[in-house]
Formats: sequence, structure tokens, C-alpha cells
Amino acid sequence: MDFDLSDDAKTLREAARKFLAAEAGPAIARRAMEGDAPHDAALWAKVVEQGWPAARVPEAFGGLGLGADEACVLAEEVGRSLAPVPLLSTMAVIEALLLAGTEAQKAQWLPKLASGEAIGCLAWSEGAKSPAQMPDARLDDGRLTGAKSPVADGRSATVAVVTVASPDGPAMALVPLEAPGVTVAPAETLDLVRRAATLTFAGAAAEPLGMAGDWVTLSERLAVLHAWEALGTAAAAMEMTLAYAKERQAFGLRIGRYQAVKHKLADMYIKGELARAHAMHGCWAWGSDAPELAQAAAAARVASLDALRFTAEESVQLHGGIGFTWEHDCQLYYRRARQIAGALGSRAHWADRLVRALELRNRAAA
Amino acid sequence: MDFNDTPAEAEYRAKVRAWIEANAAEYLEPPAAPYGLDEFVARSKAWQAKKHDAGYAGLTWPKEVGGQGLSPMHQIIFNQEESRTYVPTGLYSIGLGMCIPTVFTHGTPEIIARYVPKALRGEEVWCQLFSEPVAGSDLASIRTRAVRDGDEWVVNGQKVWTSFAHRSDFGIIVTRTDFDAPKHKGLTMFIVDMKAPGVEVRPIRQMSGSSDFNEVFFTDVRIPDSHRLGAVGDGWKVALTTLMHERLAVGGKPRHAPGYRTLLEVAKGIETDTGPAIERADVRQRIADTYIADEGVKLTQMRALSALSKGAIPGPEQSIAKVVVAKTMQDMSAFALDLAEGAGLAVTPGSDLERLQQSYMWSAGLRIAGGTDEILRNIIAERVLGLPGDLRPDKDTPFSQLKPL
Repeated sequence: MDFDLSDDAKTLREAARKFLAAEAGPAIARRAMEGDAPHDAALWAKVVEQGWPAARVPEAFGGLGLGADEACVLAEEVGRSLAPVPLLSTMAVIEALLLAGTEAQKAQWLPKLASGEAIGCLAWSEGAKSPAQMPDARLDDGRLTGAKSPVADGRSATVAVVTVASPDGPAMALVPLEAPGVTVAPAETLDLVRRAATLTFAGAAAEPLGMAGDWVTLSERLAVLHAWEALGTAAAAMEMTLAYAKERQAFGLRIGRYQAVKHKLADMYIKGELARAHAMHGCWAWGSDAPELAQAAAAARVASLDALRFTAEESVQLHGGIGFTWEHDCQLYYRRARQIAGALGSRAHWADRLVRALELRNRAAA
Repeated sequence: MDFNDTPAEAEYRAKVRAWIEANAAEYLEPPAAPYGLDEFVARSKAWQAKKHDAGYAGLTWPKEVGGQGLSPMHQIIFNQEESRTYVPTGLYSIGLGMCIPTVFTHGTPEIIARYVPKALRGEEVWCQLFSEPVAGSDLASIRTRAVRDGDEWVVNGQKVWTSFAHRSDFGIIVTRTDFDAPKHKGLTMFIVDMKAPGVEVRPIRQMSGSSDFNEVFFTDVRIPDSHRLGAVGDGWKVALTTLMHERLAVGGKPRHAPGYRTLLEVAKGIETDTGPAIERADVRQRIADTYIADEGVKLTQMRALSALSKGAIPGPEQSIAKVVVAKTMQDMSAFALDLAEGAGLAVTPGSDLERLQQSYMWSAGLRIAGGTDEILRNIIAERVLGLPGDLRPDKDTPFSQLKPL
């Protein structure tokens, strides 16, 4: 039994945590929030220098060829530090190419994405639709039409993976964003740090990416990736709140002595541990291409959203009035929790997918 | 990441599995009807003796006291293989899980030689006499009095929640020997002969209807001083040894308890106002919630196991298991019974719904036994997260002068 991250992944996590503690964090996130840039370009240059976008790209395409473990710990540390960089969006496009790209598509895009020359984004969202519902966007004879919003890091990206309608369910298209027929406009969302855009396609040149079923698998892998991100964000919010509970006094006691307070923190820990266990399971299923991926990814998504929402909400609550102010960092986590929850299908959507996976497995066993 | 055993673990598992298959053939299916108490005790004793004689008892205990000196991983592998069957083991979980480790940690060589081997072979059954009507979560408030009389101690008082007291030969009992010392300082631990004059065991009937616990009354019961465990006044320290083992013993979901699969099966067979239950969003959300909790605990335990197999010592992190499992059992069971309307109320022996009814009744007790939900949250908050402890205004006052605030 070795249900643990690889030593290499742990080493990378330590390095990433140290780097981002120095270079990112709530103050940097706030600076991004108060500015107008699509992302923090100076920080992104340093992240590229660290080689993180290259992590999952095979060596043949100029990358490091690392595994799912390493991708997951990078997502966790981005989540923890709230770093305003398009790393996870770029990793999403890299995963889509690894999963479904032709050799030519990989050769065209992976080296650029690995080196930071290109930035990716994932454009699937259309209003109130879930990731499983048929998009309105269409790809006909290499021409893409439709609109996607909100698209995280859409203003930063130079290439997008876009979901489109197909007879066999939602499929994917790969579209360079600097071509004619593409309009990118800022889209306001609750998250003021990770900027979003509305992408409108009016016959833009695009290529199909893989088969219809690939979107399902990609969304599962990304559910795992964002579960790790959520773990990191929840951990940061919890650590901030824990420190406050140990220091803030009321009625002559540090508030952390009151059971009403300490039990909430214990519940944050419990939900975080359950989420971490499922996220690890998801990472294992992704990394080993296990048939359990559908089930493990959905569970990781649901458990991590539960942990993050509870932690973000109760962090504000335990801080009291100060936690509700604009100046306090609580809002960064509270808003990011919404962003993560809204960016890849809701908790309800994934809970249903989890049960569907369990039903299929039970049927197969019977 | 790898869910498989290491080669050494796999080899041990194969050996254990072969032995269990050869020796527990009659326990591969659940018994047709629950055993009566006499049969349960007889079967438990026979199985424990078999394990002992084959070298599968006291796996992690030191060799000096008759154990096998193996790692916790070996114990876990054995438990996993054993729990694939329906062998009766509950009779010894407290005695061998908690009492005897306390005896061999704190007893004299003579005491160890007299009691440990017979306990390990299952010939003598042990119980734990800690809780009292006035002392549950706050164990150090116990009032059972032990007074020295020459080479003996005279014990008077009442214990409660004692599993298998009526079938036990011996027990470990925590008593108060100094009422003028602060509560934690006046305690002393003994071994008591459950057949001694003055020991009276009365079964307690739980709200579930069954009687798994007892209250035990002590009236002028005499215990030789040689049967003291640890120094006079050191009873709290000795009790902590026992409680540390309890935290390891009371863990995940009870063997064969219903889980998300049961809810899935039950939902498939029910038609509701708004269509088949299994297609209802609230039902599917609940199945997902149950899976997240139960499988999350299982996966958390696998993480701990992996750490264990690399030589780490399990910490208080494991406290999350029971907090999650017990409340999930209660919530999921109530939800399933609600879904079944009247059938969820009517008792149909042998049905899935009956298992859910049992689980609903039992979970109320499980949330209390071995550390309440609230105490376990305190443990997580204080020992894992480092938050300050609850105020204990009674900590330094002589026990005899305590008044509630």
C-alpha cells in the first residue's frame, strides 16, 4: 500500500510553496484585483521560468514530462497562493492536447504552451448550461461560431479549447484567438483576481480536437486538477482563520477556546481531510488511467467544493465584522470559492455524475 | 501511488488468507440466525484459541509477553482478512485491544505471567470498568472509592457501559483513592476479579432493544494490593494508556453496516410522487454525500496505512473516522427510511430496510461511544490544530471541595 504522492511531487510542492509564498499571496492577489491587467505578467514570467507550464508536456515537445501527481501539487499551490497567473487554464489546454490532440496539433501548440509563448484557456461555459449539456457553439467546415462566457483567463489566452455541439454529445475544438472572427471582451465575475472574458466566434478558423467522448474524460481530469486547487485555497483560508482564533480575544478568552469556534475549525479540518483523500484518489485514477476515474474525479470535485465552500463561509463568520470588510483577505477566498464552483460544473452536476458512475460500476459487477 | 501490497505485505496476506480459508470455513457466510450469548461466547473462545495456537494472536505485542512482535501493518492485514469472514471477534476487542496492553505496560512480572497468556488464548475474558453514571466524557470525575486495608483495598461504587461484564473473568477498574487530591491526581487503577464477592452485574437495555452493556456495582469488594496497576495516585496516567488503545480500536464504519450501496439499492425499488426514487435529485445527492463520507474515511485510512507502512506512528488525525462515520450512518439511515414511507417504519426482518433501522438505532450510540462527537472535535481542534483547551476550572481543586460553577 502506497497511497501517497510521489517523493518528486512532494519536493515540487515544497519548492512551489516556497516560491509562491515569496512571490504571490493575498497581497499580490489584491494588487491584481485593484489593477486592470488580465493577469500579473511579471509573476507569470517567473512562473514560466520555473518550468511549471512545461510540467505535463512530454520531453519530445520541449516539456518536462511529469505526471498527474506533479500537476496536482502545482494546482494546490496556485490555489493556496491565489497567484494571478493563467497556469491552470494553460494546463487545461495542455491536458486537452495530450488527451485528444493529433501529432500535428501537439507539435504546433505544446512547445509554445510549455515555453510560455502561448497561453491557453478553456471555453465551455454558455449561460446556465452544465458541462454535459449540448453547447450552442458549432464547428462547421473549420469555422467556429458561438459565444462562451465567462471564460477564465480568456483575456490572457492566445489559444482556446472550445466545446461545440456534435451528434455524439459535446465535442472540442482548438482555436487560435489572435485570428480574425474572434472577439474577446472582459466579463465581470464574482472573482476579481482571476479575470474572465466573453469569447465570441464569428466563423473563426478552428480545428476539431479529438472525439466527442474526449470532453467527458478531459472534464474528469480537470475536475481532479481543480479539486487540488480547491484544497489549497481552503487550506489557506483555514490557516488564516486558525491563526486569528488563536489570537483574537472575547470575554477574557482567546476565541479558539470556545467550542462553538473550535468545533467549526475541526469541521473545516474534517471536510478538508475527506476532500484530500478523494483528491488523492482522483490523482491516482488520472495518473494511472484507471477505470475508476469517472467516480474518483466526481467525488474529488464534490468533496473539495464542500470543503472549500464551508471553509470560505465560516472563515468570514469566525473573523466577525472585520472579515466582512473590503480590506480583509476573507473576500479573496470567498470569491475564489465561487469561481472554482462555477468554472467546471456545479456540485449538483458532479454529484449526479458520481452516482451515475457508481450505478455503472454496480451494473458491471452484477 | 499504488494500492497494492508491498511484496512482503502480499506474502503475509497470502499466508493469512490461506490460513483463514482453511480454518474459518464455517464463517464465510453470515449466520442464519444471530447466536445466543452462550453460543457466541463458546464460538469466540474457540476461534481465539485457534488463532493463538497458530501464532495469530497478539500480533503487535512484545514477544516477552507472548506476542508476535510484528508491526501494526501485520495486524491491519490480518484484521482485513479476518473481517472478510463472519468469525465472532467482539468478545475480545476490549480485553485484548485495551485492557491487556494496559496490564502488560503497567503490571509486575508476576501479574503479567499470571494474566496475559490466558487472556491471549481467550481462556479468560476481560472488561474495562471506567465510566460511571456521573463520569462519561469527563472520566476523571469518577467516584468509585478504594480504601486501603492492610495488604488489600476495599472498593465501593458503580460503573456503567461495561461491555461483556457478565461474561468477564477480570476487569481493569479505575478508582478514587484520595478524595482530597485534585481530580486527576487521586486515582488508582486495579485488576478486579469479576467473580469476587460484592461484584454485581446488571445488564442495561439500550434504546435499540438489545443489551450489550452492563452496570456493575461494587460493595466492599476486596482487591489485593498486588493487583494494583501503577503507583497509588497514578491511575490517570495508567488510564491514558488504555484510552490511547481505545482510539485505535474504535474507528471506521462497523463491519457489515449499511452504506451508500444500500441506499442505492433501496432507492431502486421505490416509486415516489415524482417518479422512481433513484431518479430524484435529492436522493442522488444523498447517495453522493454518503459515498463522499464513507469512502473518504476509507481513503483517509489508506493514507494513514501508507504512512504506517513507512514507519510513521498514527496520530490524532484518525479521530475524524468515527465523527464522520457515525453521523453519516444516522443521516443516511433516516433518509432511506423516510424514502420508504410506511415500509421504513414497519419492521420486516432480514430486509435492507431492517438493516437501515438497526443502523439508525445503533448510530445514536456510536456517536457517543469511545469519545462523543463533541469530545472528538475538541481533540481535533486541540491536538491537531493546536487551539487552546477548554477552560477546566476544577483542575486544581481538591476533589472533595469541588462545586459546579
